[in-house]
Amino acid sequence: MVPVVSVEGLRVRFTTPDATVSAVNGVDFALEPGRVLGILGESGSGKTVTLRALIGLLPRGHSHVEGRITVAGHEITKMSEAELREVRGTKIAMIFQEPMTALDPVFTIGEQIAETIVRHEGVSRADAYRRALDLLEMVQIPSAARRLKSYPHEMSGGMRQRAMIAVALSCRPAVLLADEPTTALDVTVQIQIIVLLRQLQRELGMAVVFVTHDVGVAVEVADRIAVMYAGRFVETGPTETVICSPAHPYTAGLLASTVLGAAQGQRLDTIPGTPPDMTSLPPGCSFAPRCRFAETGCHHALPPEFALASDHAVRCLRVAAGEIAVAEPSLAEQAVW
Amino acid sequence: MTDTPAIAIAEPVEALRRAQQGKSYWKRVWERLRRDKVTLAMAAILIALLTMVIFAPWFTAHDPYQGSVLRRLKPIGFPGHWLGTDEVGRDLWSRMVYGGRLSLLAGVMPVFLALLVGGFLGILAGYAGGLVNSAIMRLADVLYAFPSILLAIAITGILGAGLRNTILALTIAFVPPLVRISEAVTTQARHLDFVEAARASGAGTMRILQYHILSNVLGPILVYATSLISIGIILAAGLSFLGLGVTPPNAEWGLMLNNLRQALWVDPVICALPGVMIFITSMCFNLLSDGLRQAMDVRL
Amino acid sequence: MRPLLAVDGLTKHFPLRGGLLNRTKAVVQAVDDVSFEVGAGETLGIVGESGCGKSTTARLLMHLVPLDHGTIAFDGKAVGAGAELSRRDLHRQMQMVFQDSYASLNPRLPVAMSIAFGPLVHGLAKSASLARARDLLQAVGLDPMLFANRYPHELSGGQRQRINVARALALEPRLVILDEAVSALDKSIEAQVLNLLIDIKERFDLTYIFISHDLNVVRFISDRVLVMYLGKVVELGPVDRIYREPRHPYTKALLSAMPSMDPRRRTMDAPLSGDPPNPINPPSGCRFRTRCPFAEAVCADVPPTLTMGHDGRAVACHMLVSGSGHSRA
Repeated sequence: MVPVVSVEGLRVRFTTPDATVSAVNGVDFALEPGRVLGILGESGSGKTVTLRALIGLLPRGHSHVEGRITVAGHEITKMSEAELREVRGTKIAMIFQEPMTALDPVFTIGEQIAETIVRHEGVSRADAYRRALDLLEMVQIPSAARRLKSYPHEMSGGMRQRAMIAVALSCRPAVLLADEPTTALDVTVQIQIIVLLRQLQRELGMAVVFVTHDVGVAVEVADRIAVMYAGRFVETGPTETVICSPAHPYTAGLLASTVLGAAQGQRLDTIPGTPPDMTSLPPGCSFAPRCRFAETGCHHALPPEFALASDHAVRCLRVAAGEIAVAEPSLAEQAVW
Repeated sequence: MTDTPAIAIAEPVEALRRAQQGKSYWKRVWERLRRDKVTLAMAAILIALLTMVIFAPWFTAHDPYQGSVLRRLKPIGFPGHWLGTDEVGRDLWSRMVYGGRLSLLAGVMPVFLALLVGGFLGILAGYAGGLVNSAIMRLADVLYAFPSILLAIAITGILGAGLRNTILALTIAFVPPLVRISEAVTTQARHLDFVEAARASGAGTMRILQYHILSNVLGPILVYATSLISIGIILAAGLSFLGLGVTPPNAEWGLMLNNLRQALWVDPVICALPGVMIFITSMCFNLLSDGLRQAMDVRL
Repeated sequence: MRPLLAVDGLTKHFPLRGGLLNRTKAVVQAVDDVSFEVGAGETLGIVGESGCGKSTTARLLMHLVPLDHGTIAFDGKAVGAGAELSRRDLHRQMQMVFQDSYASLNPRLPVAMSIAFGPLVHGLAKSASLARARDLLQAVGLDPMLFANRYPHELSGGQRQRINVARALALEPRLVILDEAVSALDKSIEAQVLNLLIDIKERFDLTYIFISHDLNVVRFISDRVLVMYLGKVVELGPVDRIYREPRHPYTKALLSAMPSMDPRRRTMDAPLSGDPPNPINPPSGCRFRTRCPFAEAVCADVPPTLTMGHDGRAVACHMLVSGSGHSRA
């Protein structure tokens, strides 16, 4: 199957008068239609920058993008702003973390959805409004007809998030990019949005790239998980494999240090140190300074992606050489109280 | 395990913070100012102007009060008077330089005084809230309702012309806007988490103002005051032009503009010269305050 | 055993003013009749979603916001103006760590000064205050040589939160309220700070009130937990028992709404629909009834009271009180 998203050798640098930040340092992946990729990482890992690169939303003046990105047949890296505007909303759409800032406060929800449809598909306003109503019902907003005339500030957080999803899906994109859309929501609302997104993804057959720092959310949503650290994927594989038998020391450390992994009263198993300085990354493996398995070789050579299985890859010299195996007890078993 | 300081910090944003180690807020502002060429140029012009004005005798050859009936309204380039002479024969260049003293004084001093009075009242109103706030703000509103030039005219009209009354009038005109801005930033600062944390430590009003409020509000107030200077210079010149400000035979740009009106048909360029000085000075202060505001918007 | 902190009937309603004469248009019933106790040396967790009133409760306890009704007693002494324990003295016994690590620190002060401010205000000399600040920096895992003179913007979120903890400890309190103290941190940093909090609690013999929306963290660090909904306490008890066997329908929904960690057992249906309602004009009777699958007529008429069971657990639900009029009682 031809992948609907294809990324080769992606590198992104931001230049400011003070320093140059290497946010993304070599990302390659391919996403097939109808599949969900979860990019899991902490702040500073480069996950949001990667996502924005896919839709060409990086600040033009200060960012340098290398590599090739192809989405739904369009080569994003080579397109002009005008060409990108044609593709955004139609082939590829994005939902954000904070719906209040992503929705325009001076227009009603109905107007915002209809505007997108009219602009991209050229149908009449009446038709666009009818489609908007259908969309609001699809995202399960109660009293959809009334809500068409509501302004964003009149709606609750969960409803705004649903409205933003409706705007994003209005032109049936092939690819949906989600930038931590549930992080700002309450727990009971978050799970509603997660279930909704999964349903919609199945119904519309969209490919989704979902960025999050929350392991639980990634588990619920993604078919495949890519764990990101210091601008690179350190481990990629099917969700079950990565969560239940992680291969990379960082993944294992991350899973072990989540509160779920500890018995009450004991200390948590932490990854020592702090995430790296993206203005001056150490040579070799970026995780080596914090890795308990690190050897001299790890600090000098950048580990390439090594295939542990046909669908499971890891960036670690020692794992590739078969010298270590990070067998952590499965979180899934521990999660049942 | 504890943070090992040797290992550096997170995020692209954090990485930039790391690149600016050991710097207090004002040091960072200074660094940003240094890189802003426009602001530096403005500051240079103003410093040059100030130097010339203060050390006027060194920069001028003639007595600004000494006129000569024979040499009235001589054009630019006239031997001995490189900018020409005014309507009673006084050297225009000397008049401009000495005039700068009064013009600048009349423009800057009121802002400085209003900053003291208005700043104090505004911070008090902002921090106290409630009735005190209402009382002070409504009082300021009453004065604020008058356009500043009219208010200044009214006050000097009552008190009479002269430098002292001009400064007083302009000070009164500038107090309300400074009260407003001080109150606004203080109210904002009062609600910040670290002020709440300071209250939670059991600190009293004085300590909180001293350690937490003042350092955070003085910046924006200062920027606003700097922008008022540019207005002050224009207003002071305007008052003198109308005969309500500095009195003859003193040199002052606004006054000179009025007196040189007679030369409009003889030599229009000379007429415009004091106006050009007012314009340059006012604009320099304006751009300086803009640059200051931008430099202070250090939001890392 | 006398509890270290005893709170009874805490109520706070915020009027929303508007209109020409600033009349009260509506009332935000942020906290309504909240009562609980905290024993010395324990960690009481408070969980709830937005609008439940947990942050307001923290501010009421710290007397940063005046109470409408209710009493607070610290170590048996009543707190308030003119009471046994003044506000100022209370602050020496009870301190708070806020959520936003950046906004809680004065950007113009070096961090050692931020920490030393408390003791300074209570009469300690400046040099002694700064010395204590440096000791506390050491205690929270930051080398005073490297960190004392840094400014907040130069530090990472985790480091700033350590500073906030040090600041809270500067006055040598007995009880520390942690209001979403780790919520804004990355997971790996959160783990480090949680370990620090446990160490500090042991070392300085502290009592904690830990407020969070993160159920996993609360379970890990708390001995007992209090569940709040729309300004009211709905359930209270030992943490393991409540998590294993929640009794209130809201607690059940909250726990089952957590994302599953098992890819083979994903959540198929959300336990609750809609958003948490607004604390302005909350529903009559039981405030949860609008989202409760078991709501009946009595739930709209009579507000349930928090009834303490014999096992140290308390629930506010008609279903669990026989004779309440609910069909399932």
